[in-house]
Amino acid sequence: MAKTLFDKIWDAHVVSGREGFPDTLYIDTHFIHEVTSPQAFDGLRKRGIPVFRPAQTVATTDHNVPTLNQHLPIKEELSRRQIDMLSTNCQEFGIELFGLGHPYQGIVHVMGPELGITLPGSTIVCGDSHTSTHGAFGAIAFGIGTSQVELVLATQCLLQQKPKRMKIEVNGQLGVGVSAKDIILYIISQLSAAGGTGYFVEYAGNAIQNLSMEGRMTICNMSIEMGARGGLIAPDETTFKYIKGRKFAPKGADWDKALAYWKTLYSDVDALFDKILRFNAADITPMITYGTNPGMGMGIDELIPLAATQEVGEQASHQKALNYMGLKEGTPLLNKPIDYVFIGSCTNSRIEDLREVARLVKGRHKADQVTVWIVPGSKMVQQQAITEGLDKIFEAAGFELREPGCSACLGMNEDKIPAGKYCVSTSNRNFEGRQGPDSRTFLVSPLTAVATAITGKITDVRSLLS
Amino acid sequence: MATKIFKNLVSKMVPLAIENIDTDQIIPARFLKATTREGFGENLFRDWRYDTHGQPKYDFVLNQDVYSGSILVAGKNFGCGSSREHAAWALLDYGFEVVISSFFADIFKGNALNNGLLPVQVSDGFLDRLFHEVSKNAGLKLEVDLQEQFVRIAGTSTMEYFEINPYKKACLLNGYDDIDYVLSQRDLIESYERKKYLSKNL
Repeated sequence: MAKTLFDKIWDAHVVSGREGFPDTLYIDTHFIHEVTSPQAFDGLRKRGIPVFRPAQTVATTDHNVPTLNQHLPIKEELSRRQIDMLSTNCQEFGIELFGLGHPYQGIVHVMGPELGITLPGSTIVCGDSHTSTHGAFGAIAFGIGTSQVELVLATQCLLQQKPKRMKIEVNGQLGVGVSAKDIILYIISQLSAAGGTGYFVEYAGNAIQNLSMEGRMTICNMSIEMGARGGLIAPDETTFKYIKGRKFAPKGADWDKALAYWKTLYSDVDALFDKILRFNAADITPMITYGTNPGMGMGIDELIPLAATQEVGEQASHQKALNYMGLKEGTPLLNKPIDYVFIGSCTNSRIEDLREVARLVKGRHKADQVTVWIVPGSKMVQQQAITEGLDKIFEAAGFELREPGCSACLGMNEDKIPAGKYCVSTSNRNFEGRQGPDSRTFLVSPLTAVATAITGKITDVRSLLS
Repeated sequence: MATKIFKNLVSKMVPLAIENIDTDQIIPARFLKATTREGFGENLFRDWRYDTHGQPKYDFVLNQDVYSGSILVAGKNFGCGSSREHAAWALLDYGFEVVISSFFADIFKGNALNNGLLPVQVSDGFLDRLFHEVSKNAGLKLEVDLQEQFVRIAGTSTMEYFEINPYKKACLLNGYDDIDYVLSQRDLIESYERKKYLSKNL
């Protein structure tokens, strides 16, 4: 029977399933971090049971780490205690930790792929909703809550209902200045923040296939922002080339065997999806969000939609969002002065993002009134940026290159956008207060972020490229 | 280990007619530094409940004495965004036992069920009716029956049935625990691992 890529991977991981019960799904790789794991380890202690497969569990610190002076003790007591607790737990339960100071430390969804831990055909979970990022390699990857983290630690399995399958095809040529981030912001704006709920999405079409692995990760990363359980892309030569030779990737005969299997991972021609959507890449322009969920996005040169054009039930939320943002319907965002630019997060903090930023800003300087933070996704990204001399370009431009972590994406550490200030951000969420109490976020691509940093106001990157 | 049991409930409602309430609103990230499950209720809806000086905002429903009870009624797509289970812990810690909405985000729904907080999904029409009725009479009580899977405005015939996964229903009614259930399949898990190892589909 013809199967989707999703079904092939899912079915290969079902340990048991019976009518009326969720499937017991085997998990190949479990990533953990400091924020959503302590209560899970506590649970194991209370039960008096070990971690079932510690070798399949990988830990890092990312959400709550400072991005300056990581070599010094963490000043904030609660943060320090939480990070120390992860070390203690990993030691006690025999789990490998890439903690602060380790050359592999980084945002879990940047670190996993760059070390070759994320592999096609595998099941991957983490107590973080952006785990969908790993789907870019043709894996089933999704975020879970802490009770489920405990379940996976205890059994290496999860109980899951099989979600519905959706295919989103994007075909055609992307315009100048349009990147993977714009594709996904466009898709979410078309589907809304809830349009993918209950589905696992496969992204396909030549505009997706033409993307680098970094671009594909950006797309899959934001699947959760339309409510989807996750997103994945069939692995191909681009995928295999990216993985080959990475630290923990299979080697020698194991590589050959794995590769032969990975090549079977695609949706069969006749496979059935519950829903199929098609978009034309040529319709996508540089995107920006104007509201307080990632579905509230538009082309950067458009006007903020009128409340009257929204569905009746959505009009109050639309107005509430604009009030929070201090914006008016029917007005443009172009040329709006901004205060902060944040380039980072598991969506856009990879070496390719930093190279793109450097290429555009080289020989230019940020506007005086704007603070620009670049927070690399991992220690390896930071090191690579320095090796390539990107740090010098950033410094000359007045951009501050910090140390790796989740940082101002969620403002859990001290990297917060002050109340009332506007931040143009390459992250994934523009929720109220996400980047700090009463902060106001515009989500954009790295290119748009740089263009805006240079002029100090919201700028269409195409005006700098032509 | 037994988890919290839920069978049925009769309670007043707290209406929060806002759509797409994300888990960052339910519990902002800066309060996620605690390493236990307790105490998050204090900061439930923190930035909607209090201003930056820590003073209550009286236009927010949790600060209005007229509304109380352990049922939160919220706009559609409740619990979207971050997977933080702290959101479910905060709602429970505050005293909610049921959340009613016309649509729940997947991860939140799972987290709620795993903690004995019952997410009840009703139709858009029924949700509107609840908002309308409670705005006229804040003392109105709602009856939630998990065994029979219905929610009813107490003392009236206004009711709706709701869906719930039969496995999760059994867990809530009896206090069963996922970990006990999956650990009971240990032989199956180990035999799956052996097969997988032999096939080298890593």
